[in-house]
Amino acid sequence: MKPAPFDYVRATTRDEVLTLLAEGSEQVRVLAGGQSLMAVLNMRFAQPGLLVDITAVEELRRIERRGDTLVVGAAVRQAELLAWPGLAETVPLVARALPWVGHYQTRNRGTIGGSLVHADPSAELPLCLATLGGSVVLESRRRRRTVPADDFFQGVLTTAREPDEVLTEVHLPVARPGSRFGFREVAMRHGDFALVALAAEVRGDEAWLGVGGVADRPVVRRMKPGAALADDLDALAWELGGEDDGHASARYRRQLVRELGYTLLTETAP
Amino acid sequence: MKRLDAGRSHPVTFRLNGRERTGHAEPRLLLSDFLRHDMGLTGTHVGCEHGVCGACTVLIDGHACRACLTLAVQVDGRDVETVENLAEDGVLNDLQQAFRRHHALQCGFCTAGILMSCTDFLARNPRPREADVRDMLTGHLCRCTGYTGIVRAIVEVAEQRSGSTTEENEHV
Repeated sequence: MKPAPFDYVRATTRDEVLTLLAEGSEQVRVLAGGQSLMAVLNMRFAQPGLLVDITAVEELRRIERRGDTLVVGAAVRQAELLAWPGLAETVPLVARALPWVGHYQTRNRGTIGGSLVHADPSAELPLCLATLGGSVVLESRRRRRTVPADDFFQGVLTTAREPDEVLTEVHLPVARPGSRFGFREVAMRHGDFALVALAAEVRGDEAWLGVGGVADRPVVRRMKPGAALADDLDALAWELGGEDDGHASARYRRQLVRELGYTLLTETAP
Repeated sequence: MKRLDAGRSHPVTFRLNGRERTGHAEPRLLLSDFLRHDMGLTGTHVGCEHGVCGACTVLIDGHACRACLTLAVQVDGRDVETVENLAEDGVLNDLQQAFRRHHALQCGFCTAGILMSCTDFLARNPRPREADVRDMLTGHLCRCTGYTGIVRAIVEVAEQRSGSTTEENEHV
């Protein structure tokens, strides 16, 4: 349970990070809060040649509102965003979901960007980004591109990030007037990865439901609250499929989508 | 931008329990092992080594963090506090005494980590609800106590330190 050897750089500017990634690409891993990556390294699931620590890069540590987007720097810690005064009004869904991300102790170090790049299918932050229709900014020496959540998450621990790219910004759409948000999760222990996590946005008679923990990535579908809701949730549960693992069966996960989905959309609707 | 080579030890200078210390660490050395083997502070325990059990929790710049998910070289220039810093002149602090009074430990393996989490948590949440205390404790595994004594001890210390009854508290 000790990492294999690697070189280490504590970067202080974004430029340094991009240079090191351009030189080393597949041998380089970016280290942010380390709450996922360090466990992966300890178990030797990954053995990079160089770790580039981005937590001291000031320009990646900002939280700022730009128009109708909340821009969160890649190295902003989860506890910092949770304590940011405007969070509940600006992105209420994230305010509700963040207390479910890991534990008090891991949120102190874990970052927003790190959780998204790790792309665990049952993680809450990828689910929030997908449900809100947010995006991430990926940068390399070659280009800077903005990738919507839909295209970014590509499967279990797999994203659209190229080896020489680093996630620099997370773009969260600011809540539109009249929108209501809800979040529900079932886990073995509060703070563990979700068996199923659900996020909802309801605006007038429109509703969006995001589901994490069942398919290989967060999936968002438009739902119609009303008589057909139970049938629609059943269809969604079968579409997502799910897999059996040591914690729960696929059948149980699908049932959670039906039951918890119904509860969540009903309680979130005005 | 200094590149620390894999096979070599590099100086790490940091404040440890209020005193400036310098040790040497390869980049891959975990903070938990650095504290125990190089700094000689074996109060920080090592359990799962992947961030789940909480036994290795220490304060980095005042925030409770997993030492097993932190590299020794990352604390260069930072402030680290371990369980050895709680007692003063051999006298247990109020939190430690409350743990003893309420049988909040049996084997003690998880205790150091929990004490450090509480130190950060109570500093930032002087009047926690019991639900908040229990939520904070989800980051720790204790297999002896069933947590009841731990919750009781933390709630009592919060009340004593803030001089008031903890809000919305139903005593367990």
